[in-house]
Amino acid sequence: MLHNIDPADLPRALQRLVTHARGTPAALPRRSFLKLAGASGLALGAFPHVALGQTAGAAATTLKPTQQPSAFVQIARNGEVMVTINRLEFGQGVNTGLPMILAEELDADWSLVRSRHGTNDVAYADPLFGIHLTGGSHTIKNSYTQYRELGARARAMLLNAAAAQWKVDVATLRTRAGTVLGPRGLKTGYGELAEAAMALPVPEKVTLKDPKDFRIIGRPTQRLDAQAKTSGKQDFGIDVHLPGQLTAVVARPPVFGSSLALVDDSAARAVKGVKAVLRVPLDGGGEGVAVVAEGYWQATQGRDALKLEWDASKVEKVDSEKQLAQYRELAGQPGPRKLDADMAPLATAPQQIEAEFIFPYLAHAAMEPLNCTVRLGDNRAEIWMGSQSAGLDAAAAAKVLGFTPEQVVVNVLMAGGGFGRRFSSTSDVVVEACAIAKAARTAGLDVPVRTVWSREDDMKGGYYRPMHLHRAKIGFDDKGKVLAWDHVIVAQSILTGTVFAAFQVKDGIDASATEGMLTPYPLPMRLTVHHPKLNVPVLWWRSVGSTHTAFVMETLLDDIARATKQDPVAYRMALFGDSHPRHRAALQLAVDRSGYGKAKLSAGRAWGVAVHESFDSVVAYVVEASIKDGQPVLHRVTSGVHCNLAVNPRSIEAQVQGAAVMGLSTCLPGSAITLKDGIVEQSNFGDFTVARITDMPEFAVHIVPSADPPTGIGEPGLPPLAPAFANAIAQLTGKPLRQLPFNLA
Amino acid sequence: MQLVVNGREHTVDVDPAMPILWALRDTLGLTGTKFGCGAALCGACTVHLDGEAVRSCSTPVSEAVGKKIATIEAVTAGADRVGAAVQAAWIKHDVAQCGYCQSGQIMSATAFIKALPRGKQPTPEEIDTAMAGNICRCGTYARIRAAIADASRSLV
Ligand code: FES
Ligand code: FES
Repeated sequence: MLHNIDPADLPRALQRLVTHARGTPAALPRRSFLKLAGASGLALGAFPHVALGQTAGAAATTLKPTQQPSAFVQIARNGEVMVTINRLEFGQGVNTGLPMILAEELDADWSLVRSRHGTNDVAYADPLFGIHLTGGSHTIKNSYTQYRELGARARAMLLNAAAAQWKVDVATLRTRAGTVLGPRGLKTGYGELAEAAMALPVPEKVTLKDPKDFRIIGRPTQRLDAQAKTSGKQDFGIDVHLPGQLTAVVARPPVFGSSLALVDDSAARAVKGVKAVLRVPLDGGGEGVAVVAEGYWQATQGRDALKLEWDASKVEKVDSEKQLAQYRELAGQPGPRKLDADMAPLATAPQQIEAEFIFPYLAHAAMEPLNCTVRLGDNRAEIWMGSQSAGLDAAAAAKVLGFTPEQVVVNVLMAGGGFGRRFSSTSDVVVEACAIAKAARTAGLDVPVRTVWSREDDMKGGYYRPMHLHRAKIGFDDKGKVLAWDHVIVAQSILTGTVFAAFQVKDGIDASATEGMLTPYPLPMRLTVHHPKLNVPVLWWRSVGSTHTAFVMETLLDDIARATKQDPVAYRMALFGDSHPRHRAALQLAVDRSGYGKAKLSAGRAWGVAVHESFDSVVAYVVEASIKDGQPVLHRVTSGVHCNLAVNPRSIEAQVQGAAVMGLSTCLPGSAITLKDGIVEQSNFGDFTVARITDMPEFAVHIVPSADPPTGIGEPGLPPLAPAFANAIAQLTGKPLRQLPFNLA
Repeated sequence: MQLVVNGREHTVDVDPAMPILWALRDTLGLTGTKFGCGAALCGACTVHLDGEAVRSCSTPVSEAVGKKIATIEAVTAGADRVGAAVQAAWIKHDVAQCGYCQSGQIMSATAFIKALPRGKQPTPEEIDTAMAGNICRCGTYARIRAAIADASRSLV
């Protein structure tokens, strides 16, 4: 999401965001204004909060809680370096990547570097967007310079402190792995200098290292949380346990937005451990009943004992079959155009392809079910959650609670995946948790309340990758040259009605619905987009528009290559020409390492190829697949990845594999959310398929070397997986696949 | 009710039908064991009951009475030789991404290796079959395979 924002739009967008977040068209808060309006660098707007060292008398071996809430780096007397990350860590590895970047310029001893999460403090906003945002594979890309500068400034302060202490010229000093070295063998650790350095001013200007001198960046590095995550010691949002805390679960309407016609909670109240049963407003105008109890089990027992009748008479009841018919009908209508070209050659083109593609709704299905813990005071609220958007979540919470955003603290906690779901456009999870905590307090329960979604709640509760219909009519000549390409997309808009609409929805077209179409291929395309409105909540989902556009583009190009008897790699290379060196390099690397076109495949297997750019990175896959008992099987994947400078190659390998597995999930039977009479038909991992270890192919990740500033990698590995797999299957059957999940019928 | 968890006896006053998972997490404060699906479909809640891997979300506490429960906290605390080897391999291969499923993965892997005949190295197919009940939405499967093979080699 958001990767194609024109920087010229940013100030306007930010103002809108802040205004929206505060719910009133008030002037910008002075604090944020100063941060956001820095003339030369919005990107560096948050960096001045460098806090070093500890207060006098603090224990020498443990890090104290931060003295400055917006600190990014703290150095303790024992030399431990604590780096605060300005994002949510939910698997993508930024709690190791960002500290690596900072430690590089700080010249820290890596074995003493730790990391932790921040809060909704304005300092932790994305330096480019000015809001708290973990998404769009932005973290390393947008905070690369920010964290380098932080490290370099902290190092300069330590050097100045040493120079003053030794009464020598600072130019005679060097650093090596957490130590300042001076003339005559003088040396001292960062920890011993930290307090003196803290008293010095933050330098205006610092010189950053030449990338060729990097010794931490670029080195395959173990995650800082590896130990905690293999011992049960890592706490996630769902593990929060505050004194007196109660747990709430919510009975949600079976049809989105319905209200309650009848509530009989007598049996629920009688369940042992149940403390309160509360009627609460829910997202999208719906209503629900929260059962607050001693623990999760007691709360669900109480919920099971509720007798409820719902009134769905005023809400739309979406039905997937009817929806498809409606989308097909819409696809034939004229609509707004994202791209235009002359379609006259279609009639006379020597060869033609007509295709229709269907993509279902998809649930994010992160392993940690959604949850949020709220502690209310008279004029203050503290919230604990894995949030991809702590600032907007705090503002949304404040609105529910009747507070100002400054009265709300969001403590960002490790999350068990998210893939976009922990940043919802309405902040639905936190809004609901606050409504429950408020109702509980009114009912006399003045304790922290943790609201937990069951897996079923999570899967049925909405915010899906939207269902899409694509239609293409392509005319080309016998050499495979495309003469005209008429394309239609039908899908709900994700961004309409969100804070991003102002600059991401133009002329009725949501930019996220078409991202990944066309580029980088020079094709004469007419692209029409329809955005029907339905009451199924939709959201960005790992790699957003590219989840469907990459499949459509990469399978259709293969069809053209096959129809004109060309090698799919050579055909793509010819289209790239000289203008897309990163695409060429990524694809060539995958081809070389896979043995494509040279190695002999085992009987029954075929090659498949796809390459796609998303979030400024390019990933190419060459795969081997076969068909067993009527089901497509993916055996081997070789990837070529171009994400510019590889900060942590080990993390990049993990992200590419992980994203590919999520892409593989979308191909498997049962990977679809469908609705009947307004009710979501799936409820748990038994009827919504995600890939398991038995589906996992052999997998090799190869990275194109580069020293250019890093680009995203959390998402780009997803889009090309399904089309590469589909292209291999089409080689075997001679019939292209037009649907996810795959349907060989 | 008396429960033996990680070698210690606990008296808990809960509904006998309560799944072990919630007695561990909400009553005893052992949150290393995770809730993923509540329906024996994902493996995140895997614990050992008398050494056997079970899904604690779908096993009532009443079934644990008179038996020994072991959780991730104890299995990776050092004294359990196989648990320690599995954890070391997990760290060496940097398996975890979000890490939420990994307690369950490690508990399944440890029980699997312990059940292997002495000196036997698992085949890739055996590893996949043993781990098929544990979902990792982050897709760490390649490294899980490598870590299990590595851990069992290290135990010879
Ligand atoms: S939580 Fe028990 S198997 Fe998923
Ligand atoms: S590491 Fe995230 S679910 Fe497995």
